[in-house]
Amino acid sequence: MSEDVEKDVTAGATTLPAPRAAAGEGSAEPLLVVDKLVKHFPVKGGFPVRRTIGAVQAVDGIDLTVHVGESFGLVGESGCGKSTTGRLITRLLEPTGGRITYRGRDITHASRKELAPVRSEIQMIFQDPYSSLNPRQTVGKIISAPMEINGIDPTGGREKRVRELLEIVGLNPEHYNRFPHEFSGGQRQRIGVARALASEPKLIVADEPVSALDVSIQAQVVNLLQEVQRELGIAFLFIAHDLAVVRHFSQRVAVMYLGKVIEVGDRGSIYTRPRHPYTHALLSAVPEVELEASGKPPRERIRLAGDVPSPISPPSGCRFRTRCWKAQDKCAQEEPPLVRLSGNKDGHLTACHFPEDPTTEARDEDIVLDPALAALEDAAEGQ
Amino acid sequence: MTTSTKESGAVAPAAPGAFLSVRDLYVRFKTEDGVVKAVDGLSFDLERGKTLGIVGESGSGKSVTNLTILGLHNPMFTSVEGEIVLDGQELITARESELEKVRGNKAAMIFQDPLTALSPYYTVGRQIAEPFWKHTGASKKAAWERAVEMLGKVGIPNPRQRAKDYPHQFSGGMRQRAMIAMALVCDPDLLIADEPTTALDVTVQAQILDLLKNLQQEFGSAIVFITHDLGVIADMADDIMVMYAGGAVERGTVDQVLRSPQHPYTWGLLNSMPRLDSDLDTPLAPIPGAPPSLLRPPSGCRFHPRCTFQAEVGGARCVDELPLLPPGRGGACHLTAEQKQTIFVEQIKPRLR
Repeated sequence: MSEDVEKDVTAGATTLPAPRAAAGEGSAEPLLVVDKLVKHFPVKGGFPVRRTIGAVQAVDGIDLTVHVGESFGLVGESGCGKSTTGRLITRLLEPTGGRITYRGRDITHASRKELAPVRSEIQMIFQDPYSSLNPRQTVGKIISAPMEINGIDPTGGREKRVRELLEIVGLNPEHYNRFPHEFSGGQRQRIGVARALASEPKLIVADEPVSALDVSIQAQVVNLLQEVQRELGIAFLFIAHDLAVVRHFSQRVAVMYLGKVIEVGDRGSIYTRPRHPYTHALLSAVPEVELEASGKPPRERIRLAGDVPSPISPPSGCRFRTRCWKAQDKCAQEEPPLVRLSGNKDGHLTACHFPEDPTTEARDEDIVLDPALAALEDAAEGQ
Repeated sequence: MTTSTKESGAVAPAAPGAFLSVRDLYVRFKTEDGVVKAVDGLSFDLERGKTLGIVGESGSGKSVTNLTILGLHNPMFTSVEGEIVLDGQELITARESELEKVRGNKAAMIFQDPLTALSPYYTVGRQIAEPFWKHTGASKKAAWERAVEMLGKVGIPNPRQRAKDYPHQFSGGMRQRAMIAMALVCDPDLLIADEPTTALDVTVQAQILDLLKNLQQEFGSAIVFITHDLGVIADMADDIMVMYAGGAVERGTVDQVLRSPQHPYTWGLLNSMPRLDSDLDTPLAPIPGAPPSLLRPPSGCRFHPRCTFQAEVGGARCVDELPLLPPGRGGACHLTAEQKQTIFVEQIKPRLR
């Protein structure tokens, strides 16, 4: 397997997101370019003098590009750094290293004042609709706040605009003077969307916008976001752990693991032709409803062992190697670069020394790495 | 309004093979705002060694039902009516001392959040050993050995050492494994798993679900599996019961409920859920509105304010009359069998691709 993997190095170099500005010159300038972004949170300890004894490497050198009007999905398990990435891009957190460029402007360490005009163009939707709305403010006040802060005076006044926004997100404009507690979870999330739309943004960072909602309400909010994205042409960075929701919403998807992007590509490549073993494992772990006894080939079954390692001391080389069935010595020594592998579509980059075949169909033998599970299954088979 | 609901359970006495049988269960909480009708006339049966999946949204009464089975509700504010029979023993009227003999022994529970369900004050090994020595009368040393054995069985590496750890030293997936070990330590006949994998990552969830399935084969326990995720249910359960606003609206085997669902709420759930292989050009079809408040549940069919098929039934039947859930396979809906079939084939199924 390892022999036939020729890394298309030249192609990889041009498709690496860093020099993408040059490559994508012909089409359009990317809206947001994230280059080798790093965020380390210090870990303090020691007695009697507390000092920094380590760092949580939440985000460790990731490259991303979001184009105008595109919906870009970011998936991964808890602790992989996807939320931190969102907060770095909105500059709610200060990056430790790397560069964030928004429409050609470097905003990595921009001051509050320099950021002000950019902030009105990058808005955020938060996960928890209960804690992200001020309970003491009316809906009208909450939604008009971004306009007030950014000095936006729409024709007809702010109140009229707020009522329009309420209508766009499917709420009654009469609810202008109500308080958040009078609304259900799904309705609150709509208020959050209206607030994000108030400053007419070009990019919305949505951090798990539907995961706190019930299944039947989730679909309402996903549809709303999709309408907003298509009709207003707003680019989205959609951060979620639910692979099916991300697939439904995003044109391009990046998979993160322990602070690194391990695979990125268009939706079709990631979901039907994944190359990184972790992407395979992630997809095979999603419990699926089989609605028909259809002739579709069964999906592969991969059961990893244990949990994600601590980001305080991540494994050397490839970070997935401790849970990977293909790991070899090389994986511990050399960190695999995020490059286009031969056979991959343009823009489909994978960071793996020993990539998998591009299919999600069942293998001859399931991969069960969990020792307890393997023992139980062997015992059951032996009977 | 409630008089008609009584019949739903009264028609069928406890099924002969049933190991757990719940009949006409009503659970009400007194709150400052009024009485919350958390469970409203629920009946179901479970056979030995089988898995019943209960699916529903938050507030549908699925968790309350199962807390009531083990008597874990607060009797100060709760009124419980009906009948819960576990292996011939009536549990609602049982005294606390009798319930204590059942809990952790004949019936055990796995909770959603293992960090709050485990005590931070005792070692994991002690917490697993405790039900064993309490119920079997084994010595503490033997119980400790049993705890170590169970930890090994659920896949904790190096169990002898890890048994001496405290819950905060375990990762999320390992804590849930420890919870499973604790639940299975006395070889219970009934295992209630209340959203056991909701707090876990998807790759860990897959490990835990497979582990539970395999352990069930070994221990032969019956499982009541509560979740809001239809994918998880499809993977785990033999039978499904769909709950909405305190009552069951549909039940049947996994294949029946997922492949030929008979209730508009089940249709809505299936249509609003994105899948890994669903068609990307079809937008999701959400259920309009929001789940009702159980302080003032809607009259008649509780789903009628959100149902798009009321006109098909005609008249005010949906508003006035609570549809009955037939025993066995079926859905609690006023639509006729032919209507359901046509609607499902013509309007629902084409969207499910």
